[in-house]
Formats: sequence, C-alpha cells, structure tokens
Amino acid sequence: MTASALFDLAITILFGALVSGTPLLFATVGEIFSERAGVMNLGIEGMMLVGAMSGFAVWFNTGSLVLGLIMGMALGGLFALLHAFITITLRADQVVSGLAVTFLGSGLSSILGQPYVGQRTPEPITLTLPILERAAVEQLVLVAVGLVFAPLAWYYVNRTRPGLNLRSVGEYPSAADSLGINVNRTRYLYVIFGGVMSGFGGAAMSLVTDPGWVDGKTSGLGWIAVGLVIFASWDPLRGMWVSYFFGLLRRLPLDLQNPALPLISTAHNPTLGRLMDMLPYLATILILIIGSREALRQRLGAPAALGTPYVRGERGV
Amino acid sequence: MNLPGTAYRLRIETRSDNPGWMGLVSSVLGVVLALIVGGFVLRAAGANDPIVTYREIFKEGFGTPADWQAGVSALLTSSDCPKGQLCFGPLSDTLVKASPILLTGLACIVAFRMKLWNIGADGQMFLGAWAATGVAVFLLPKTTDRAVMLGAMALAGILAGLAYGAIPGFLKARLNINEIITTLMLNYVAYKWVEFFVVVGPWSIGDFESTGRFPTPATWPRLTEYARQIPITAGLTAHPGILLGIGAAVLLAWILYRSRWGYEIRVIGNNPNAARYAGISLGRNILLVMALSGALAGLAGMNEVAALRELNGRLQRGYGFTGVIVAWLAKLNPLAAIFVAFLFGGLLVGTKLIQPQGIASMLQGVILFVVVGTELLFRYRVRLEKAEPVVAVAAETGDVP
Repeated sequence: MTASALFDLAITILFGALVSGTPLLFATVGEIFSERAGVMNLGIEGMMLVGAMSGFAVWFNTGSLVLGLIMGMALGGLFALLHAFITITLRADQVVSGLAVTFLGSGLSSILGQPYVGQRTPEPITLTLPILERAAVEQLVLVAVGLVFAPLAWYYVNRTRPGLNLRSVGEYPSAADSLGINVNRTRYLYVIFGGVMSGFGGAAMSLVTDPGWVDGKTSGLGWIAVGLVIFASWDPLRGMWVSYFFGLLRRLPLDLQNPALPLISTAHNPTLGRLMDMLPYLATILILIIGSREALRQRLGAPAALGTPYVRGERGV
Repeated sequence: MNLPGTAYRLRIETRSDNPGWMGLVSSVLGVVLALIVGGFVLRAAGANDPIVTYREIFKEGFGTPADWQAGVSALLTSSDCPKGQLCFGPLSDTLVKASPILLTGLACIVAFRMKLWNIGADGQMFLGAWAATGVAVFLLPKTTDRAVMLGAMALAGILAGLAYGAIPGFLKARLNINEIITTLMLNYVAYKWVEFFVVVGPWSIGDFESTGRFPTPATWPRLTEYARQIPITAGLTAHPGILLGIGAAVLLAWILYRSRWGYEIRVIGNNPNAARYAGISLGRNILLVMALSGALAGLAGMNEVAALRELNGRLQRGYGFTGVIVAWLAKLNPLAAIFVAFLFGGLLVGTKLIQPQGIASMLQGVILFVVVGTELLFRYRVRLEKAEPVVAVAAETGDVP
C-alpha cells in the first residue's frame, strides 16, 4: 500500500468520523444549553428518534430534505416543551420526566414509523473533491453547519449578555430572578432549543448521515449525548471535539472491515467485529471515569441549580 | 398571572400534609389518561376504533368473564375446558410475562428509593440470563436434580446481576459518576455480549442463533405438566417464577419497612445530608443497593431463560424499562408492584398481536408522564382563587411583590 493511498484512506475515515459525529454534536450541544439553564433532559434519545422518524416521513412524502429537517426540529421541540411543562411548571422530577420522553418518543416513532421501515432513502448528490473521492454534498453542508454551530454556541454562552442570563438561571436562579430575569421563561426557551437541536440531529441522521429509517434508529446515541455533556463539562466546544471522537468510534467497526487496511482489518475476523460494537458504550463509561478525575482536580461541576425547579421564595441553591 | 379571560388564577402552595389516597389517585389517573391519549394515537395510526382495540387487548391479556366462569366450573367438575379453548390461557400467559416485570420492577424500586437511577435492569437481566444459561448448559450435567439445577441457575443469575449492578454502584460511590449513563451504557454492552455468545459466538448450535433446548431439569415446571391430574391446566404455561417474584417483593418490603438497613435506605433517599449527619455511610449503601438491585434483575434473567427453555438472539429487551414504570406506578411500594406487574403483564400479552407494534412502549411513556406530572398534587396544593391586586397580597403575606 502506497503512502498516498494510505493518506486517502485516512482522509476518508476522518471525514466519515465528522459525518457520523455531527448528529451527536447537535444533540450534545443542545443538551448543554438545556442543562446550563438548570434543566436536565434525559429524553434526548426519544426526541432524536421522533426527529429521525418524522423527518424521514416528511422527506418520503414530499421529497424535500429541508422540510424533513424542519419537521424533525419541530417535533423535537414539541417533546421538549412537554418536558419543560412537566418539570418547570409542574415541578416534577426531571429524571423521571426525561425517561418518559424517551419511552414516549421511542414508542411513537415505532408505531408511526412502521410504514417507512426499509423504504428507499434520499439519493445523495455526490461530487469528487481533490482529496475526497466521493463526497455527498448534503453531508459536506451538514458537517459545515456543525463546525460553525459549536463555536457560535460557545461564543453565545460565554461572551454574550443572553448567554450570561442563561448561565445565571442555571447557577443561581434566585439571584437571576432578583435582577429581573424571568427564570422559568428562560428555562422553557433553552429546554425547547435543546429539543429542537436533538430533533435536528435525529433528522440529520435518518436523512443525511445514515439515510433510512429502522425501529430504534439511534441505538443509544441520545444516551451517549447525555454522557458527553458531562464529559464536556457543559462546554459546547469540548462537546464538539468529543462528538467527533465518538463519530470515529462508531464508524470504527465499519472502517476496520476495509480489507485495504494492513494488519488490523477485521474483514477475516467477524467475531472481533461483533465485540467492537460494544466500543462506543464502553468508551462512554471510560471517558466519564477520566472526566470525573479531571473534575475532582479542577473543581469543575455541573450548573449548581441543575435538577431543581425554581420556586420564588423557597429555599434552594 | 391570571388565567386567560378570567379574574381567577392558579395558586400553588406547599402542602404540609401528604394524604395517602393521592398516590392511588395519581396512579389510576395515569392509567386512564394514558388510555385516552393512546386512543388518539391509535386512531391517528389508522388502527381500529380505540374502544374495540382496548377490549381486544383486555381479552387477549386477561380473558373474558365467560371463559373464567367456564374454567371454574370445569375445575370443580375436574373436566376439560369446554369448546377446546384455554379458559385460563390469557391469565396464564400474563403471569408468565408478569414475573420478569415484577423482578425488574423491584430492582428499580430498591434503587429509586435511594434516588439511585438504575436504568440498567435490562442489562443486568441479560447478564443474569447469560450466567444461568452457562450453568444449565455447560457447567452442570444434564441429569442434575431439578431443584438443585434451578437453584444453581438462580444463584448464577443473582451473582451475575449483582456484579453487573455493582459496577455502576462502585463508580457512583467512588468517583461520583452519573449512574444513569453508566447503567444505560452497560445495557447495550450486555445486549452485545449475549448476542456475541449466541449469534456468532461459541454458544450457538450451527446456524440457529440459539443454545438449543435446555435439559429438562433446567426449565421451570409448567402447569400443563399436571394436566393428567387437573385437566383444566392442559396447555397452560404458567410457572413458579411468579411466586419467586412475589417472595422477593415480600422480602424487599420487609427490608425497606422493617429492617435497619431499609430505614437507612429511606433516610438517604429522603435527605442525603441528614443521613450523612446521622452517620449513615452513603458510599457503602450506594454500592449495596446497586448490588441488590442488580441481583433482583439478574434473577429476572434466570427466570426468563428457565421459562423460555433456551437462550437465543430473541431474548426480549425492555423488561428493565417496563420495570422503571412499574416502580413509579407502584409509588415505590414493593407490594403494590405485584399488582402493577400483573397489569403490565396483561398489557404486554394483550398488545403482542395488535398492530401497530410499539403501542405498549407508547402507553408506558404516557403513563409515566401523567404519574410524574400529577406528583405536584403530593407536594403542593393547587387552588383556583380570585386574583387580587398585587399590593394587597404582598401586605397580607409579607412577600416582596
């Protein structure tokens, strides 16, 4: 194998990692917004599934990718609104409500998505780039959106006035309240935003990065996103890097099947390939272990008010 | 904020008492509301009339009063069920389904009592099923006494689940790592693990993706084996697994309400800081409770393979998640979980044949939503009152407007 062929292969694998990590990026950064505002939403998996299913269904019936993505965002946002109502207005437990979002989302997407299982998928427009043999335009655009979105999100959270309000609501809601920030309204806003991004991530998955709909399409990606938020210590930029890393991990079993790879190819060893499927899940646990040591050393922590509803005049954080 | 178009507003105040009837109300309300919402979804998905569908689910899951009546009279006269059908068939199937649900529900109850969110009962169950299979098929001889064999399988299932539950427990206790994520990730690892053994790996027979039929001593005795003595039991697959679940529920209730350890668990669940000041070790209890939770789920796995009589690629996922809802609907009461698990067993059996699939999962989601949403009623009193000028309210209560 020549050096240039190896280089091409590396580029292909890296681009694959960016592509498969991008839906995860949107979900992770969306959840960072929600948790920065003080509301944990464990429903990402459900919202992604609903987004993926509805996006695919809309594309299937209208032929428009954009409409499909918008539909995914809308339904993700709608589910997040439900979570926001239960946890912010009704002050219920965020963990249980988030689980309910996931149950509901996976059940509904399974029921309503049945006609679309195994249907034809969007035909990508491919073009040839100097360094990339075959690239789908949609994937390039999606990756570019992700690459712009995460730094913007970082800037918004850390360097702007509304971002400051967002953080204050999650860290010290009563102080934010006394400054005239409407705590619950702010929380509603960012919980819904998180849901919209999850729905977008799901729709991007079923339409662009891994086209098609099957039951349980996201296979735990939403849960991985919840873990990545913790590892990213609620920082959108770190969330972006770690999402791409997980994109790489998810593709690894596929990439290693490439017989062109010297030595480590699993093409002749399917058993190993099966065990490699465990990798993203084990890696999530591993990075949480690494992250926890770092958190102890640097005294990083979750937003102080994460998980607690805000009631004016009641003792809280 | 006034309700739109009226001079009234909702006032939510903290409740100091905690009436016991509200738990029942919110659970029943949850189920009823879930059925209504589910009806709309069914209609949207193009199914039959929702009422017809629900009646069908009930009939499939529990049977009809006419069947029961015929069954009882056949039992008294010790004759066959008339018309050749199974009088207690649906009830028997429901009991079979209810046993793993009850055990995973109990696993969730003990963890949730301490606000430990063990969402990994599914994975712990899979590992329990895997370990019990290993003992039954590869460790003990085929001719082992049935009681010894089942006992050894149960022990293996319990130990495997215990170890698998202790991992996230240890990580939580030592490094304060979020147990929701770890238990969930371990679910997927367990699925892949079992898949590896029976689909591609060393335990499958030929291309069958299965360990093959267990030797008879490694299977639960079924009611139908007594058809010669009691004709009515012919064809019924009910097995003693449900008794195992009920026994575990009673034991867990005793631990929680009557033992010192259970008291510690409840104190930690209600107020970890108070527990710490009282000298209760948080870390030790986190580890122990996660281990117990995993052990119960592992037992569910053993129970499932002993009922299925083989381990194959189709071992059903999702019992652990149903367990979460059972726990919540039972208000974390182990004895109430027996009843709820029976209901959910019926739901799963009843929806098995009904299109579209996924309806059980959706109904479960709605139930959980309503139950958790109405928890507000426990902690707060919701009142409709006439809106007054803000100044007057402030003067009365001393609040800053």
